[in-house]
Amino acid sequence: MGQVAGLLLDAIVSGILVGGFYAAMAVGISIAFGMLGISNIAHPALILLGSFIAYVLNSQFGMDPILVGVLATIPFYFLGTLLYTAYEFAFERRGTQLIRGLAFFFGLLFITEVGLQLIFGVDYRLVEAPYIGPSYNFGPVSLPVRMLIPFLASVLLLIGLQIFFVRTFTGRAIMAVAQDKFALQLMGAAPVRIKRIAFGLSTATASLAGAFLIILQPVEPSMGRDYIGRIFAICVLGGIGSLPGTFIAAVIVGVAESITATFYGPSWSPAIAFGFLLIALVVRPAGLFGRA
Amino acid sequence: MFRLMGLRGVTMALSTMIAACTFTGAARAADPIKIGFGIQLTGPLAGNGKAALLGAQIWADEVNKAGGLLGRQVELVPYDDQSNPGLVPGIYSKLLDVDKVDLLLSNNTNQTAPAMPTIIQHKRLIMGMFALAINEQFKYPGYFQIQPYGPNGKDSLTRGFFENAIAMDPKPTTVALVGADAEFSKNALEGARMQAKRLGLTVVYDKVYPPTTVNFTPVLKALQATSPDLVFVASYPSDTVGIIRTAHEINLEPKVFGGAMVGTQYAAIKQQLGEALNGIVSFEQYIPEPTVKFPGIEDMLKKYQAKAAEVGVDALGYYVPAFVYSALQVLGEAVTKTGGVDQQKLINYIHGNTFQTVVGDITFGPDGEWVEPRMFAVQFRNIKGNDIQQFTQAGKEVIIFPPKYKSGDLVYPFANAQKAAQN
Repeated sequence: MGQVAGLLLDAIVSGILVGGFYAAMAVGISIAFGMLGISNIAHPALILLGSFIAYVLNSQFGMDPILVGVLATIPFYFLGTLLYTAYEFAFERRGTQLIRGLAFFFGLLFITEVGLQLIFGVDYRLVEAPYIGPSYNFGPVSLPVRMLIPFLASVLLLIGLQIFFVRTFTGRAIMAVAQDKFALQLMGAAPVRIKRIAFGLSTATASLAGAFLIILQPVEPSMGRDYIGRIFAICVLGGIGSLPGTFIAAVIVGVAESITATFYGPSWSPAIAFGFLLIALVVRPAGLFGRA
Repeated sequence: MFRLMGLRGVTMALSTMIAACTFTGAARAADPIKIGFGIQLTGPLAGNGKAALLGAQIWADEVNKAGGLLGRQVELVPYDDQSNPGLVPGIYSKLLDVDKVDLLLSNNTNQTAPAMPTIIQHKRLIMGMFALAINEQFKYPGYFQIQPYGPNGKDSLTRGFFENAIAMDPKPTTVALVGADAEFSKNALEGARMQAKRLGLTVVYDKVYPPTTVNFTPVLKALQATSPDLVFVASYPSDTVGIIRTAHEINLEPKVFGGAMVGTQYAAIKQQLGEALNGIVSFEQYIPEPTVKFPGIEDMLKKYQAKAAEVGVDALGYYVPAFVYSALQVLGEAVTKTGGVDQQKLINYIHGNTFQTVVGDITFGPDGEWVEPRMFAVQFRNIKGNDIQQFTQAGKEVIIFPPKYKSGDLVYPFANAQKAAQN
């Protein structure tokens, strides 16, 4: 295999792996923003909260960060239901969620950041795990295990969520609630309860995404803001509310960034990735898998 | 009115005015000397900002316990600029016009630059805490900088890496340059390009990456494909970790690997990367090597380290706090020796004297930078496991430049430096 072909193959594999990580970060927004119409811009801060929980349990008790991420989905779920209850009571019920709700999540973003700073300080935090460091090399292709494990876990997360949304009554109700909550009431489901569950699930994904993030790179409390643009772009590109779309869009962004970084220089990566978004919006405004 | 009051009235009025002036003067003498600065207490640069503030507080506590400066207590007036350069000019305007501080420190990075016109307009002395080449633009005589870059920061940040690399046998011929698309990194890369040109090295890769990059595999794979003898990296903390891990994962093994990697100075990153740091060349400003002995620094760092965990800042404090402390030592001596806070007298005094501080003797040049640069190039060696205490011992970061402080030779190639560390 020639050097260029080898680099291309490696860039594609590397892009797919990082795309899996992007998908885990974006799936929570996809549920909240896409299915529920809630612009939860505090989601990246909740991801950071997940990272710090993984850090604490890893550094204090030697627990595997992904295991921590999985276990923490339960408290994160309840945190999400609480947040939605407050949001619904304060804004949605009064029909003021558009601007005031946005301000609510901005506030939550800053409170979470400052809270993390007060508790953990401002230093960078990392985790240790046996899969951080080793790498499988197949010819020109490198498979860093610290990227492979989050990728696989992310795929499992998305498959699990997709099965839940498609195969269960509650899941289908969640997908329906954004479209017609009155019709949903006629079906015997309470929209507020359904949205509370959905927002809980959305928040629960942040704990896993946070664990993946701290496996990939050191974290500090304010770095969640760096991801807001990329996460929303992936959600829009994939099609609002579509989990397969979110995954495929995340992989497209990851591969586009990776190939660009390899052949044209990494500084062009965001431009190419967001270029894809612009083209998709022109050609297919609802996103790749969104309903027109 | 005076005619109505008569001479007695005039005398009484004058007496009252004199008494009031005397009283005001006495009150001013008892007022604290205010030292104002913006500082990053939140946001992405808060790690450095909070450590800097702790260093400043240690100095202020010591001075106040010893009776203050000229009999006046010292009061720090810090404002959180949220790591946002847009807030910096407003903070300095407030410090000057509302708080009426006596002395100014910079905000710990190049983010002070937007406030410089205001500071210059007020003809104030500004002691820069951590900034690279700000005064190249302003050429303001009242600006001083405590970081040991010397008159040419881009050169001093990169010279140690290249001087050691070019002395290898056989001589290297190619270099790859990569860094973050951010001000510090771009300056360091510019310095590296100058060094490469000076030494006749061929630059085979020269790219910047966005600061939000998560995946460094494609970047380093493309770089690896050019088979460079040297890899010079100018990165920020989270990138530094990503690049070092990726370099190991893809078996990137040039003759020398490292550069201006911000983050290798931080205790948390030293501790977490542990053995992965072995062989890497980076920069430091202070390190406890036997060739570096400055009076007072160990005591200062002990005080800092005792409080670091409580404040949640860097556990070792080698990079920022000692230098902030020494910046205040310079200001303190200047105030004491000139007998006040007259800005022009202070500026003249600082330009005309050498200061003995906890980071060594400092003489400032006309541009406000150290006359003699003293940026250490170090190579990580013999790191075992993740114990942070090992970094308080000599021999873990061997100084390979400048020659005056050298505590060992560069071990090369990079693969050998790693193996040597494992033995």
